[in-house]
Amino acid sequence: MSDGNGTPLYVSIAASVASILLILVVFELIRSRRLRERYALLWLATGFVLLVLSVWRDGLNTIAGWFGVTGYPPAVLFAVATLFILAVLLHYSTVISKLADQNVILAQRLALLEQAVDASGARAAPRADRDTSRTAG
Amino acid sequence: MAEPRRIAIVPARNEAGAIAGVVEEIRSFDPLLDVVVVDDGSTDRTAALAAAAGAAVVRLPYNLGIGGAVQTGFKYALEHGYDVAVRLDGDGQHDPQQLPRLLAPLERGDADVVIGSRFAEGGGDYRAPFARRAGIRWFARLVSLLTRQKLTDTTSGFQAVNGRAIRLFAADYPHDYPEVEAAVMVVRHRLRIVEVPATMRGRETGSSSITALRSLYYAIKVTLALLVGVFRRRVVPVEEA
Repeated sequence: MSDGNGTPLYVSIAASVASILLILVVFELIRSRRLRERYALLWLATGFVLLVLSVWRDGLNTIAGWFGVTGYPPAVLFAVATLFILAVLLHYSTVISKLADQNVILAQRLALLEQAVDASGARAAPRADRDTSRTAG
Repeated sequence: MAEPRRIAIVPARNEAGAIAGVVEEIRSFDPLLDVVVVDDGSTDRTAALAAAAGAAVVRLPYNLGIGGAVQTGFKYALEHGYDVAVRLDGDGQHDPQQLPRLLAPLERGDADVVIGSRFAEGGGDYRAPFARRAGIRWFARLVSLLTRQKLTDTTSGFQAVNGRAIRLFAADYPHDYPEVEAAVMVVRHRLRIVEVPATMRGRETGSSSITALRSLYYAIKVTLALLVGVFRRRVVPVEEA
């Protein structure tokens, strides 16, 4: 503890590599269309901030000093990573809520349309067909 | 050859004050031009007023945003076999009188996508807040660089496209500020894009949905999308010209 004022070099290297990997993976997910830009921005911000804090070792030590972290500056890396993960999770919770609301609206609109089509006689849908399609889906 | 079938795609969200006028203006300009209004989750009477004015109306069950709404229009055009689609905003800022200028390059076979540009030589003077103009200029520069072609107004929604572009956009269309990414997509699919000068009117009613902070967010998001887009595979095979 007495000599713990700096960030060990290996920790900086490992953290930098991990941040770069995160950025590359997110980039590839966007490129292959498995991740929309909208939902990637927070991940990229996470990656870049962690990368800066990992490479800029004096900066990490200084920031650790501001927060009174004197024993082990890389703890700040964990704290920042945790904060960003919380932000991403919270963001996703709002996204899921919106999707759930939209799903309800879609189901209601579909049911009303189905009823209207049935009532107009344009489609003679046997009930059995509907039940199978529902369980099959 | 038969006269090409044309359709005007009009995305609209809560434009009850303007939409009837927009539809009527398009129809009186050219009665042969069909109109489809894509109602992007309006909570007012936009859909009913558009239908009463003589447009086909596609109502989205909830707000998809401008990209999703416009793409719905392109899917409608594809399914109904239209050869040419023009895009006009539901707020009345695009003047149907200028459509012949947009359609001319398509008719000559010189382009697949024609953009009505506020900044091209001969266009009207366009006054906008500094941030808006800076954003427009930034994207014009970036898109020009990526497409290796000088484009001055990549955020303009005043466009005319032919069947090849209708097929491309029905298959894939970007989400926010779709015109910017679409311009790069078009060039990557070896379709030809040209600009013609156009003037736009001020908004008649309603207010633009863009605020300063959102603008910055969209600017970053669309820039990211543009840069990643360069590394993407094509969504539809390149057609023989």
